[in-house]
Amino acid sequence: MYGKKVKLRAIFLLFSIVIVILAVFLVLKTLEEDVVYFISPTEIKNLPEINTKKIRIGGMVKKDSIKTTSDQINFIITDFKSEINVSFSGSVPNLFAEEKGVVAEGFLKDRNYFDATKILAKHDENYMPPEVKESLQAK
Amino acid sequence: MLNFFEPNRIFAITSKAPKYVFFIFILVLIIGLVEALVISPEDYIQSHSVRIMYVHVPAAWISIGIFSIISILSFGILLLKIKNFSLVAKSLAPSGLVFNIIALVTGSIWGKPTWGTWWAWDARITSMLILLLFYLIYILAWRIFENTNQVNKITSFIAILGLINVPIIKFSVDWWSTLHQPASINLLSETSIHSSMLIPLSIMTAAFTLFALLIFLMKYNTELIKIKNKGLDRL
Repeated sequence: MYGKKVKLRAIFLLFSIVIVILAVFLVLKTLEEDVVYFISPTEIKNLPEINTKKIRIGGMVKKDSIKTTSDQINFIITDFKSEINVSFSGSVPNLFAEEKGVVAEGFLKDRNYFDATKILAKHDENYMPPEVKESLQAK
Repeated sequence: MLNFFEPNRIFAITSKAPKYVFFIFILVLIIGLVEALVISPEDYIQSHSVRIMYVHVPAAWISIGIFSIISILSFGILLLKIKNFSLVAKSLAPSGLVFNIIALVTGSIWGKPTWGTWWAWDARITSMLILLLFYLIYILAWRIFENTNQVNKITSFIAILGLINVPIIKFSVDWWSTLHQPASINLLSETSIHSSMLIPLSIMTAAFTLFALLIFLMKYNTELIKIKNKGLDRL
């Protein structure tokens, strides 16, 4: 139905797209460590060695773990498999709370202690009015 | 079929359409803004900053949607040399670019009070920035090259390459850990936005779509007039 030239152009396009997709895929695969915005406490536990590079750890703030002193705030980030203690001095975002998502940026002291230089609150995909939240909790 | 692509025939419709589209747009926008700013409730955790979502999410959807349409039209331009498609694709680009910028700026304004940062180099935000770069290079290419044949090929090729970025934007939040939250609205599973917030979101999406259509029609009319003035080019 279409001429030979159309077919040739289709083949050219198809091959270019396949090549670019492959290239993008390989680049993203190689850079996976940098594409992810944070790693989990479990991944910290499984690190072969601790380097001094700045990293981000994400997870949930463990219930009843936030302890505030005059110049420092300490809490535990958990992914429900492993935990890590975080200490931070500075102001935290408004949405920072227990049992909510958090991303801490900073340096590892060892596999259990993390010195944060910046705290970001992570928001989940749930949106609802306060009344709905209360009735959900009542259940 | 060929007759339908006659510039005069299309122009007869598209030159009248903008005023009606504008009227409906204003109407839907007013309803949408009242819903989004007054009637809809605040969020249980973000309180009033949830209202930014009613601009952010539709803008992001439309900028991605318009780029996808441009890319699909580009296949027609490159493979079948349908000239009218290049005019449509060229006219769609500006509103897509504007909505892409709106999505990034409102996201930034929302991110500061919610996350505690204006910007994060996570996969979702970075891939949206790459989409913006594709829009810029696409629109620039239309301006730089003057030979009709050449400009059609180059811009279409850019749009088709950019199409690869679209699924990366969509699935970035599932493939990698990102600061950006995963999708709340899923076609296959339950949505995690309460219905009282879904209503303003849908109305604002409709309003923005109408605005994109309006800008498209105005730009498309200009392109048609340019061609009529040249008097040589048939679509």
